[in-house]
Amino acid sequence: MSKASQIIGQMIFYGVFIAVVGYFSNSPTYTLIEPKTALIIVSLAHTSEPKGKCVKQTPEELAKLPPQLRLPVVCPRERSPIVLELEMDGAQVHSETIVPSGIHRDAAGYTYQKIKVPSGKHHIRVKMRDNIETDGFNHVAERHVDLAPTEILVVDFDSKHREFIFE
Amino acid sequence: MNNRTQKFRESVMSTMEGWFNPFFTKELNPLYYLGALTVYLFWIVLVSGIYVFVLYESSIFGAWSSLEYMSNELWWSAGVMRSLHRYASDAAVITIILHLSREFILDRFRGFRWFSWFSGIPLFWMTALLGISGYWMVWDTMAQYVAIASSEMMDWLPIFTEPMARNFLTNDDMNDRFFTLIAFIHVIGLPIFLLFGIWIHLLRISRSIINPPRVLAIGTLLALVVLSLVKPAVSHEQANLDMVPVDLKLDWFYLNIYPLTEAWPMWAVWSLVWAVSALLMILPWFPVKKRPPVAQIFAEECNGCGQCVDDCPYSAIMMEPRTDGLPYDEVAVVHDSYCASCGICAGSCPSSTPFRKMNPLITGIDMPHESINMLREECNKKIEALEGDVRIVIFGCDHAAELEPFKEAGMAVVTLPCTGMLPASFIDYALRRGRVDGVFITGCMENNCHYRLGNHWLDERINKDRKPALRSRADRNRIRIFRAEETDRKGLAEQIAQFHLYLEGYRGKQEEEVGREEEVSENE
Repeated sequence: MSKASQIIGQMIFYGVFIAVVGYFSNSPTYTLIEPKTALIIVSLAHTSEPKGKCVKQTPEELAKLPPQLRLPVVCPRERSPIVLELEMDGAQVHSETIVPSGIHRDAAGYTYQKIKVPSGKHHIRVKMRDNIETDGFNHVAERHVDLAPTEILVVDFDSKHREFIFE
Repeated sequence: MNNRTQKFRESVMSTMEGWFNPFFTKELNPLYYLGALTVYLFWIVLVSGIYVFVLYESSIFGAWSSLEYMSNELWWSAGVMRSLHRYASDAAVITIILHLSREFILDRFRGFRWFSWFSGIPLFWMTALLGISGYWMVWDTMAQYVAIASSEMMDWLPIFTEPMARNFLTNDDMNDRFFTLIAFIHVIGLPIFLLFGIWIHLLRISRSIINPPRVLAIGTLLALVVLSLVKPAVSHEQANLDMVPVDLKLDWFYLNIYPLTEAWPMWAVWSLVWAVSALLMILPWFPVKKRPPVAQIFAEECNGCGQCVDDCPYSAIMMEPRTDGLPYDEVAVVHDSYCASCGICAGSCPSSTPFRKMNPLITGIDMPHESINMLREECNKKIEALEGDVRIVIFGCDHAAELEPFKEAGMAVVTLPCTGMLPASFIDYALRRGRVDGVFITGCMENNCHYRLGNHWLDERINKDRKPALRSRADRNRIRIFRAEETDRKGLAEQIAQFHLYLEGYRGKQEEEVGREEEVSENE
């Protein structure tokens, strides 16, 4: 084979090679979300109430304990499971029970959920029960939102102020 | 796997490689340099990456805008470097997959080769992580998608208590430390691990080729520069955690797993990742390849020259101080699990000369199942049986073109595990037997020896560039070398026929040699 044919052949090879590299480097386009859709992210990191009642120690009981263990109130170590529900326009779109983390289930509970919803105006209601001793949901918040297409609404819980936040 | 299946697989690969040979020649066929090309692409990525990083600002507001500045204002320098960085990384995925596939098709991943295969799989994942982490640094909408999708994948594993994805809830959650961390992982951490991994990958390979031929290197670089100029790598819109990115121009070489995380449950995605990894890693043992006996040292015949250590393609031999009282400092020792049973060491041993009077012939290092003594006996027997006016001895190997069709009256066909096992003195020996007019040597193609270096070593021994060299008295005009794979059997037949014709008319040194027969019989 002549040198010229070899060079042409090599150029074709390199051409095909860079065409493959160039194409798959950014094609085909991937559509992540439909244009008329918005996203609600429900996420929280929250330490729920102890599972069970705290007990006040009597002076006699405290006296029996070593000085470093004399706590006036003793609470159970395990935390309550967190029940979380999200309603949109009156219909439930998400519901879960979050188990506290830790071997003894004594640390915070976490969740991160994504819910695709149609864009537009909606009434959002979020409810949380973080104390097994209470009846019903002890934290409720609601908001009228107008979600633009592809907009993200984050529903989080501010543990410090003990209230839901919509961002 | 039976021999027929393996021959078929070798034939498929050989056909594909054959498409490149007319244009690139056997010396520059890119399929013979896939590993070296990958390392070369890594260097391009490293150099271009350092260039881009010098101008990169690792901060929440600076990351995207500094890259935009490079692509728009410095398109001719930093912009090209940025594109080179991306395209060389993408090209590396292609060469890695081709490298992996080629070794698989050629059954070069089991037995003694398990270590290179096994250590190569983590390299593949490290490369993927390196590529993915690079996309985080751009902090455009694709980076946003990759960061969140990666976090969601990680969150499925029981590693972190608090979901990683919570770090990307709002724009206010982001800070400059994130970019410092990613820059550390992408620029220092992973590249160091990758280099260390490459070193381990090549640990059992002596004289590994980590640089492609210069012409191939220049061609590859030029092609990538052309691509960088024609289609520069650019960013998406700046990341905005208040909005979901809609259309993403994904780099499918690195980010192909992410769309799966949207379509499949996370357990299924992880199952796929782990299943593919596990399958690839255990492949060398499914089924276990029956190993032929490894090389054996005969210390009393070893003079400690170290030639076998130098020639072994898999670092399976080392020299140790000897304790047997013989007047040499060292003796060769075989590391059994590294040994490929190729016999190249036997071919490199100066004691492996058939002219020695010893019977049976014992050499310094030998293959128990295909010894040098057996080779001499086979040669003697086949040469004695030669008939016709022109008599040729053909030496070939088990991994190249089938030599069965050439077993005819005037031809003595001797096959070895590798032609590198053939001591050059056997060529002289055959020519001096009186009944042989020429020696034809075939076997694996140049740069594509099944055992990596065997054919190259034999050529060097014949050309007196390597010890033990073929003696000057051997008439080189009576020696023909033509390497051929299964797909080139026709070409091989033509070459043998031409050699036959040539020898018919050749009356060179052989007739002038005096006392040849006597010397041979004396040596026997």
